Amino acid sequence: MNNWVVLPLLLPLVTAVILIFLSKKVRLQRGISLVSVLINLAVTVLLVGQISRDGIQTLYMGGWLPPYGIVFVADMFAALLVLITLAAAAASLLFAFRTIGEKREQYYFYPFVQFLLAGVIGSFLTGDLFNLFVCFEVMLISSYALIVLGGTKRQLRETLKYILINILSSTLFVAAMAYLYGAVGTLNMAHLSERVAEAQQGGMLNSIAVMFLIVFALKAGLFLFFWLPGSYSVPPTAVIALFGALLTKVGLYALIRTFSLIFYHDQGFTHSLIGWLAAATMLLGGLGAAAYKDIHRVLNYNVIISVGFIAFGLSVGTREAFDGTVLYLLHDMIAKALLFLLGGMIISAAGSSSLNQMGGLIKTYPAAGWMFFITALALVGIPPLSGFAGKLLIVSGGISATDYWLTGIAVFSSLMVLYSLMNVFIGAFWRDDPMLPAVERKKWPAPVYVSVTALLIIVLGFGLGAEWVYSFAGQAGEVLSNPSLYIDAVLKE
Amino acid sequence: MELYMAIAIGVLFAVGLYLILSKSLLRIILGTSLLTHGIHLLLLTTAKLKTGAAPLLGEKAEAYVDPLPQALILTSIVISFGVTSFFFVLAYKAYQRLGTDDMEELRGNEDE
Repeated sequence: MNNWVVLPLLLPLVTAVILIFLSKKVRLQRGISLVSVLINLAVTVLLVGQISRDGIQTLYMGGWLPPYGIVFVADMFAALLVLITLAAAAASLLFAFRTIGEKREQYYFYPFVQFLLAGVIGSFLTGDLFNLFVCFEVMLISSYALIVLGGTKRQLRETLKYILINILSSTLFVAAMAYLYGAVGTLNMAHLSERVAEAQQGGMLNSIAVMFLIVFALKAGLFLFFWLPGSYSVPPTAVIALFGALLTKVGLYALIRTFSLIFYHDQGFTHSLIGWLAAATMLLGGLGAAAYKDIHRVLNYNVIISVGFIAFGLSVGTREAFDGTVLYLLHDMIAKALLFLLGGMIISAAGSSSLNQMGGLIKTYPAAGWMFFITALALVGIPPLSGFAGKLLIVSGGISATDYWLTGIAVFSSLMVLYSLMNVFIGAFWRDDPMLPAVERKKWPAPVYVSVTALLIIVLGFGLGAEWVYSFAGQAGEVLSNPSLYIDAVLKE
Repeated sequence: MELYMAIAIGVLFAVGLYLILSKSLLRIILGTSLLTHGIHLLLLTTAKLKTGAAPLLGEKAEAYVDPLPQALILTSIVISFGVTSFFFVLAYKAYQRLGTDDMEELRGNEDE
């Protein structure tokens, strides 16, 4: 029992309620929302420290012991994700302060962000499937509001599709849960893991597992990503950065959790299915990223490539690959937030999102240009930067598991990332086209620079301090590759 | 009884899916709403339909009903109510701004 576990969820929830009442006081809202996220960050750092000392922390709501009560479980994986979520959220908030526009701020932008955080963090920390569904919904409903806030025609059009897809996948989620409950009679994840092990994962449980795979794949953008590029290019930059860093990763978290903890008995079927889906995702995402000349599209297809890569780490399923998956997931959340913020800066500097209508920005914006370059290298996984350690572990895990084809595709996907991002870099910053009108240097407000610099420092720190980060990520990978640790922490106390 | 429920769920699913595949936005929303109703019945049925007392210690009954599916259904109803009403408002607003409720006309990019 540890009451700290629920605090990362409660803080944004309470903050959001307070902010609703202050909707017209924009400056106050900014201050409160940022302070709340920073306090939460401190709480989570303490929580991570506790977990690394004393092992997995649990909280039984109202003292009801599992499998009957609601349980919150903070293992290292969940806590690290919460930590990174808050870091990315703090940066996006800082970026939003002066760029999102007063109109949106008065129409509950900050409360929605806080609700979104509550949903995301709740999904990471909860220990049973139904709460996962509820937290998913909290997150999704706030994301519907955030994506349409502003109400331009494109936003309305894309939001309709986004909502429809998510309602369908949520419906399937409940159906899958109903079948699972009918089959094994529990929804607590640790208990489910025991029951599924007893029942021997056969045809029935395999088909339920595939239903969960479809649901989470829809949410994460794994193979079923057709909704993503459109929906993620309509809201303002700060919101896209938040979405690109968090939303798909929650789907991935759910995928990793269910398939490492509950459905891990028939890996020949489920995990190889995930592997092929991941390979298809990486290839199709790579094609999309290489094909478009629109910055939004290129960056969104890069999100899809990395989803495929992380799912590939899950499909390999060895200890080494799990360590790599955790490391890469953490890195990707930060790097994607940074990438989208920089992409938004480029677009607003050039006044267009098409690469054909910009060029030579390196003269006016040297700092943003080199930051973009470094972020691109980090995402590709060039050694001293943050993506390297995770990528190396996943690839070497894939080779030692003799998945040569899939590993080859995963390595090839890095090349596609490199190609597409260098395309953006060359097109926006390097290429000098005398036909283009000269761009006036635009002064960015200070918070914008603070947020991107802070993210860049984290990306660099992740790479240079990989050894230190690995000591935490290794603990997370240990729990993922050995589910009995999780089960014992939840059920036997 | 389970058989009739299964048929009812199947009909709800079929009608819901049929409506979702249509072009008109209003029909699509009604389709999602029917689909969630089907899911709620499914939740109720998978836990086996049985009669019994409320699951309270003081009842001293021979059989108790399973409270969990009912809790799940209640939560799910609340969520689907919220989402459906939001969807309706959004659809209305989109109809006003875009001048159409035909999903066919909402496809593609303007720059393509």
